[in-house]
Amino acid sequence: MNRRVVITGLGVCAPNGIGLDAFSNALKNGTSGIRFQPKLADLNFGCQIAGEPLVPSNLVNNYFTPLQLRGLNSSGIVYGVIAGIDAWKDASLSLASDTEADWDSGIIFGTGILGVDKFREAIHLIDAGDVRRLGSTSVIQTMASGISAYLGGIIGCGNQVTTNSSACTTGTEGVLMGYERIASGKAERMLVGSCSDSGPYVWGGFDAMRILPRKYNQNASKASRPMSASAAGFVPGSGAGALVLESLESASKRGAKIYAEVLGGAVNSGGQRNGGSITAPNSLAVQRCIVSAIENSGIEKSEIDVINGHLTATTKDTDEIANWSTALERRGEDFPYINSFKGAVGHCLAAAGSIECVASVLQIDQGNVFGTINCEDVHPEITQIIDVSRIPQKTFAYQPKIVAKASFGFGDVNACVIFSAFNN
Amino acid sequence: MNTEERYKKLLEIVKLYLPEDVSEDAISEESHFIDELNINSANLVDIVLDVEDAFDIMLENDDMDQMATVHDALVIIDKKLLEK
Repeated sequence: MNRRVVITGLGVCAPNGIGLDAFSNALKNGTSGIRFQPKLADLNFGCQIAGEPLVPSNLVNNYFTPLQLRGLNSSGIVYGVIAGIDAWKDASLSLASDTEADWDSGIIFGTGILGVDKFREAIHLIDAGDVRRLGSTSVIQTMASGISAYLGGIIGCGNQVTTNSSACTTGTEGVLMGYERIASGKAERMLVGSCSDSGPYVWGGFDAMRILPRKYNQNASKASRPMSASAAGFVPGSGAGALVLESLESASKRGAKIYAEVLGGAVNSGGQRNGGSITAPNSLAVQRCIVSAIENSGIEKSEIDVINGHLTATTKDTDEIANWSTALERRGEDFPYINSFKGAVGHCLAAAGSIECVASVLQIDQGNVFGTINCEDVHPEITQIIDVSRIPQKTFAYQPKIVAKASFGFGDVNACVIFSAFNN
Repeated sequence: MNTEERYKKLLEIVKLYLPEDVSEDAISEESHFIDELNINSANLVDIVLDVEDAFDIMLENDDMDQMATVHDALVIIDKKLLEK
């Protein structure tokens, strides 16, 4: 018998807000975190805009020691530690004592690539024959698991501490990995989340693929247009999101605030078959992932109130809506509300899933459905499948019982998690 | 730069690498970086780099191997400064 798993802490470092209050206010008001990036313009990028968290320089002193800050040049670690430690504190959990690790708490904190700016520093030194000048932190800032290592050390986690990586699915997959570990009794608390670095060396490859919008450099906040007829590609972003997952027993015992329950979910891959490729999803796999998440969670298709889609603002958004509709056997006005936070934050890549899971859970906690910005011109192929009323453009009060969140990534990988309002 | 100035300069470097539970007052000329000051051995390479920058000298691998205490470091710094 699986144990019940609840969410007791949230943290976020997003392009449109750092911390839960700033982030949820920004989503509520449709405030965009997408801005013109002069450094991308200097480097001749086609897309010169991005969603990047604005971390005040004094804020990092609350999270890192002066020694840790010395030579720290990995934005993903900065975002991840801010979100992760905030989530841990939001759950009213303390750091382990100096002498003993917290054996029941673990971390699954994913990323796509970590510390690219630090790695660039290292490459220049190495190429100049100066490898001895790298210092001691080149490895820990650039290893993928650097983020879980930093968090694990600060908190003192003694359970599994690891990093998953599955492109844009990473954050949502991590929630399910942590859920399974607690449900199966192997841990009491798992800090799950993901982070993604900022900067030209992360975003350049996507610019080269010509899948980023190029006509909005003077109009950044309008560029990310999920589900819209004028969608012109995804806007690259960065940041981190984090959730504290906890067994219901542990949360009840310490009287913790419970934001929501994780009912279950599914991950799969389309095998890059049947229309799927390393960059495009196999629609059948997407549908199977959604259906299996629903079955695994013990709910009916009709019970889903709100969907937070992957919906990156490309031509694939129409396919995603079709897949949801087929999987849920719901269309027109019977379709759940569906939104995409990428209109406001862009596509935060490996951090997208965790940032959007945080926002999905906030909807349950606050009794809101956040509006999707920049989709006033919903794509006509989408409105052939679902009624336009199902795509709220403005935030409105509505208490969802069940929210489905999905993320899809390069490699033809999918993850779908089912969150529920907590009901004892 | 006299001996005391060099010691002070080195102290400024070393104190950044102390663990939170070791006070700056614990540093003396005889202090062993790892055994007494509990400095993470990985950070010794950073101390060496900082020393190189602060004194505008370059340490060889052998120098680094011999640098176990604050005193050792001062001896090496003195030697390198004389060689300049």
